[in-house]
Amino acid sequence: MKNGKEIVMRGVFALAACVSIAAVALICIFLFANGIPAIVEIGPLKFLGGMVWNPNQNQFGIFPMIIGSIYATAIAIIVGVPIGLLTSVFLARFCPKKLYKILKPAVSLLAGIPSIVYGFFGLVVMVPIMQNIFGVSGKNVLTAGILLGFMILPTIIEVSEAQIRAVPNSYYEGALALGATHERSVYFAMLPAAKSGIMAGIILGIGRAIGETMAVVMIAGNQATMPSSLLSGVRTMTANIVLEMGYAADLHKEALIATGVVLFVFILIINVCFSLVKKGGNK
Amino acid sequence: MAAPAVGINQRSLKQKLAEYRHQPLSLILLIATLLAAAITVFILFSLIIYILVKGIPAIRPEMFAWKYTTSNNSMMPSIINTLEMVVLTLIMAVPVGVFSAIYLVEYAKRGNKLVKVVRMTTETLQGIPSIVFGLFGYLMFVVACHFGYSLLGGAITLALMVLPLIMRTTEEALLSVPDSFREGSFGLGAGRLRTVFKIIVPSAMPGILSGVILAIGRIVGETAALMYTAGTATTVCSNPMGTCRTLAVHMYQLLCEGREMNAAYATAVVLLVLVILINMLSGAIAKKLTKK
Repeated sequence: MKNGKEIVMRGVFALAACVSIAAVALICIFLFANGIPAIVEIGPLKFLGGMVWNPNQNQFGIFPMIIGSIYATAIAIIVGVPIGLLTSVFLARFCPKKLYKILKPAVSLLAGIPSIVYGFFGLVVMVPIMQNIFGVSGKNVLTAGILLGFMILPTIIEVSEAQIRAVPNSYYEGALALGATHERSVYFAMLPAAKSGIMAGIILGIGRAIGETMAVVMIAGNQATMPSSLLSGVRTMTANIVLEMGYAADLHKEALIATGVVLFVFILIINVCFSLVKKGGNK
Repeated sequence: MAAPAVGINQRSLKQKLAEYRHQPLSLILLIATLLAAAITVFILFSLIIYILVKGIPAIRPEMFAWKYTTSNNSMMPSIINTLEMVVLTLIMAVPVGVFSAIYLVEYAKRGNKLVKVVRMTTETLQGIPSIVFGLFGYLMFVVACHFGYSLLGGAITLALMVLPLIMRTTEEALLSVPDSFREGSFGLGAGRLRTVFKIIVPSAMPGILSGVILAIGRIVGETAALMYTAGTATTVCSNPMGTCRTLAVHMYQLLCEGREMNAAYATAVVLLVLVILINMLSGAIAKKLTKK
């Protein structure tokens, strides 16, 4: 009797573990089954390479949005990686213990703030500032990229800090013993040893930035055209879905789902890169 | 030579400064590091302070009226809906997340194929953006299952979204329980199931709880996954199949309509305060775990 209960519960636990497998499988099936037909109907080249998004005239080209997503993400990386990396070094190796007790929760709070609040902050603070500096509409890819850079800070900080802490202290002590200063020991002996872990964190940040929706939709301008400069408005793939899903119908709706599929494929590629880099580091 | 004011293996400030003069690169690195940390802190505090300072005066008592009208922009229905959403999501996500973590840590043998696949899919699930979850929820629950926009559809979508978070934190909490607990329990003749529920899960409770609370924070702040699964109705949801908007969706709608900045500021304050409280609670509980 008792044994039977053990076996049943073991099955229940295993079943629960399979839920995440089922979830990923379902997400893949539903997205691809609904998105691929639309891509075929529009024509893969016309869809991925098309320059015009005009649902009223059945023109569904998402190339400007792919570029918009990549553009905004690139700026986010340029802004977020240096600040995040240096902050993680500060937390791991420079920070006095008392300050750490305040800073560590602050970083996790940064991760917990909802993206809609970030977007709101961008809208009421950053957009007017950019408008004043550059004299054009503040809703542009630069503003969006900078805000995204702020938003991926906690991801990069948390992963890098853990990686730097995982480096054996003997690296640091060895460098010090050879006469290097504290800074040199940390940056030239410890950081290289944590390289692959930090890379994994950055890739995770890229995934966050490219998938971010609510913050971007409020400050990127959302024009579905090719960005001509850093100060022109862009529409990202995520924004495209959120903006038009509410009223779209028929092929238009399917094209939006197909946009989601393209985004999903981007994320899958990023995920594969992430696990490859992580595996490379574990060797 | 005067007696050193600091210990033998420590350097005085003067010595440090002299060293930096000979090592300009070190000085630059130090300044860059301090600057970056300062920027991070500045971003966080400027965001919180700006929203609180501008938002608290914008709060009006009628924003907490029981019924939403276009003139009072009440967020009370959204707050109640958010609570319902949190409860319904956790009912589904917590058992599944905790059980699968138990399987991974306590039951699976080393090198188990299933474990590898589960870890891979959990990692994938964690990387999927919320808008993709939203699309999936829309296709599955609104279109395929004919739920229409519903609290239940939104909750299932969110449950899948927070599942990896709960799994990971539970796993970490279970792994931090010393093996001697398990050995002691087995040694006294308890079975595996009894060991898990009477010994291991209770000792890992603070870790599990702090993960669950973080998940609540995620649910409260989520917008993109809910807009096209739970919908944007302004009424209080009375049954799981009803449509409703949570607080974050409410805020997005206010911003979209663009006419009620005051209400948006007030909603932002409520949302931010909620998230700060949730984070502090999670941190406090997690600390309890490490203290023991």
